[in-house]
Amino acid sequence: MTEKVLEIRDLRVTFDTPSGPLEAVRGIDLDVEAGELLGVVGESGSGKSVSFLATMGLLPARARVTGSVLLAGEQLIGASNKFMRSVRGRLISMIFQDPLSALNPVHRIGDQISEMLQSHQSLSSRDAAKRAIELLDIVGIPQPDDRARQYPHEFSGGMRQRVIIAIAIANNPKVLIADEPTTALDVTVQAQILEVIERVQDRFGTAVVLITHDLGVIARVADRVNVMYAGRNVEQGTINDLFDHPSHPYTRGLLASLPRPGKQRLKPITGFPPNMVNPPSGCAFHPRCEFAADICKFEMPSLVSYGDLQTACVRARELPKHERFV
Amino acid sequence: MSDELLKVTNLVKNFELRVDKGARRRKRIVQAVTNVSFSVAKGQTLGLVGESGSGKTTVGRCILRLIEPTSGSVHFEGQELGSLKFEEMRALRRKMQIVFQDPFASLDPKLTVGASISEPLNVQGVPGDHADKVLELLELVGLSADHAQRFPHEFSGGQRQRIGVARALALNPALIVLDEPVSALDVSIQAGIVNLFEDLQSRLGMSYVFIAHDLSVVRHIADRVAVMYLGKIVEIGDQEAVYSNPTHPYTKALLSAVPVPDPKTERARNRIMLEGDVPSPVNPPSGCRFRTRCWKAQEVCAQEEPMLTVRPSGQMSACHFPES
Ligand SMILES: Nc1ncnc2c1ncn2[C@@H]1O[C@H](COP(=O)(O)OP(=O)(O)OP(=O)(O)O)[C@@H](O)[C@H]1O
Ligand SMILES: Nc1ncnc2c1ncn2[C@@H]1O[C@H](COP(=O)(O)OP(=O)(O)O)[C@@H](O)[C@H]1O
Ligand code: SF4
Ligand code: SF4
Ligand SMILES: [Mg+2]
Ligand SMILES: [Mg+2]
Repeated sequence: MTEKVLEIRDLRVTFDTPSGPLEAVRGIDLDVEAGELLGVVGESGSGKSVSFLATMGLLPARARVTGSVLLAGEQLIGASNKFMRSVRGRLISMIFQDPLSALNPVHRIGDQISEMLQSHQSLSSRDAAKRAIELLDIVGIPQPDDRARQYPHEFSGGMRQRVIIAIAIANNPKVLIADEPTTALDVTVQAQILEVIERVQDRFGTAVVLITHDLGVIARVADRVNVMYAGRNVEQGTINDLFDHPSHPYTRGLLASLPRPGKQRLKPITGFPPNMVNPPSGCAFHPRCEFAADICKFEMPSLVSYGDLQTACVRARELPKHERFV
Repeated sequence: MSDELLKVTNLVKNFELRVDKGARRRKRIVQAVTNVSFSVAKGQTLGLVGESGSGKTTVGRCILRLIEPTSGSVHFEGQELGSLKFEEMRALRRKMQIVFQDPFASLDPKLTVGASISEPLNVQGVPGDHADKVLELLELVGLSADHAQRFPHEFSGGQRQRIGVARALALNPALIVLDEPVSALDVSIQAGIVNLFEDLQSRLGMSYVFIAHDLSVVRHIADRVAVMYLGKIVEIGDQEAVYSNPTHPYTKALLSAVPVPDPKTERARNRIMLEGDVPSPVNPPSGCRFRTRCWKAQEVCAQEEPMLTVRPSGQMSACHFPES
């Protein structure tokens, strides 16, 4: 049996905005199993970042967060700042799209890694410095002992993202959350960074949550996938099940909209993403869903098992069979 | 070629960069675009692909004379743009438009959508209040009449990009440079905008220079493709030839790096993993600019610059040891 390292239950996040309260995350249930790579996809504004910022305790104080997040059995929602500081970097780490802003421009790279090590482990400066060089080596930085003495501006974008990963895994956390870690990078560099992430997952058994809008990236690295729409998870399952026979109309639409070799006309999802200050009633996807019926306007579906997938669609059983893309 | 609309010949753009290092002040030259040549036929789409900093945007801006090229020429409808007087250029400019990547930054937040769309008409001194034209344009890009009175912040990214396209269409251009027009949009929305570009082209017959780093979108929309690396075109030819039979190692690596959205295919694939990042255009490598990352590089690659040469499948590539 697999061990759950992260268990999110009914997570909700509300922001006060000038146009009224905005419920960005509207009841998420999600498990991350030890050592797995969970892909999280969904369009811009669907609540991917906010869900995991809430998990990390990194949202501004004015955000109202409710629900439960258990990390290796410890409750994170409502925990004190002191406790969260002791958890972040030790049990769970998060990396972001822009590696430059996450590094301190006036400190040497090696020192920044040592600092992370020493804030959670009692290590001498010398041992920390040595370990920092090992970490740089693990994330694929050539000549790590020279590079450790350099400053962030001396590193390229891809190299900085490697450094960020080194800092994030320094204390061997159980979970690494990577929020669009390759979006700002070129594809040839993205391929390198994905390889580093897979290597870390493999070597240390770190569970990785990879947030991305790129279904190609998901297809490349994820074991399981969670699809989000309008602050809810609408479908989840293993990578092959999800790509082979997606059940939720949004997942189907997403896969159908991708350009594939050949000149067939593309199939967009009609309409536009919801305004989260005033999301559509019932199933928030109903204004854009080709299968929507009256019931969809009234009932907010929750994840239910259909075959190998879990799907949040009131009509999931009645939908025509999905045709696989080639 | 008689149906040639745009011809770019040996285009060079260097930017001067001033660097203050302590007391010493040095001038450095960024070689953003070096000897780029291509042409675009009427009603056709040329895709310009390459990693960030490869010079795509700079090429686009030089074509529209938003910046002055360092050297080289751009012919539009047979006229060399560099030789035109200010007034002549102004008249020609209405036939060439550009749509930018960021649908959030490219519209004036203080103008209603209608005012934004009719602005180019006013700038060009076209008489009238243009209300009918605005409605026609809104419909053309799949928006509705009541959108004209609203402001950009009330629209989503995809809708804003449509507004940007409507604005670019206002003067019936023969050429639109689309600089990463769908990069900022969600995939489900991208598809609709790509369809829009295709529909507009088949109805109105304009040409596109479609700049993107997303190779699968370019494959879908382009007739011809040019691959840029560090300011130079390394491979250019028909979309089918370049994608199915890439002959330049960089093209091959680039195509190989794009993950395919199908787990079984993606995981079974042999991938070429390039090492390192793109070098600085301030000091590009001698000979072949790709040689610092190329797994096939030999001594000659550092000494001799490879020239674009026709390959068996019809495209041209610049490499001493092309793939076959
Ligand atoms: N600090 C904040 N104050 C108010 N609203 C916020 C704040 N942060 C996020 N939101 C809103 O919460 C919703 C979810 O945002 P989130 O950043 O999680 O989206 P995302 O899925 O990560 O999107 P993207 O793909 O663009 O990163 C959006 O409607 C967003 O505008
Ligand atoms: N105004 C400018 N001043 C100095 N350098 C510039 C300027 N514009 C572009 N560059 C440089 O020229 C190169 C090509 O840039 P660009 O054409 O924007 O590339 P792309 O669009 O392919 O990402 C880059 O190295 C960029 O930093
Ligand atoms: S619940 Fe209804 S609207 Fe929502 S996805 Fe299912 S069929 Fe479509
Ligand atoms: S010329 Fe040499 S270095 Fe350049 S791409 Fe060809 S083999 Fe590689
Ligand atoms: Mg986000
Ligand atoms: Mg650009």
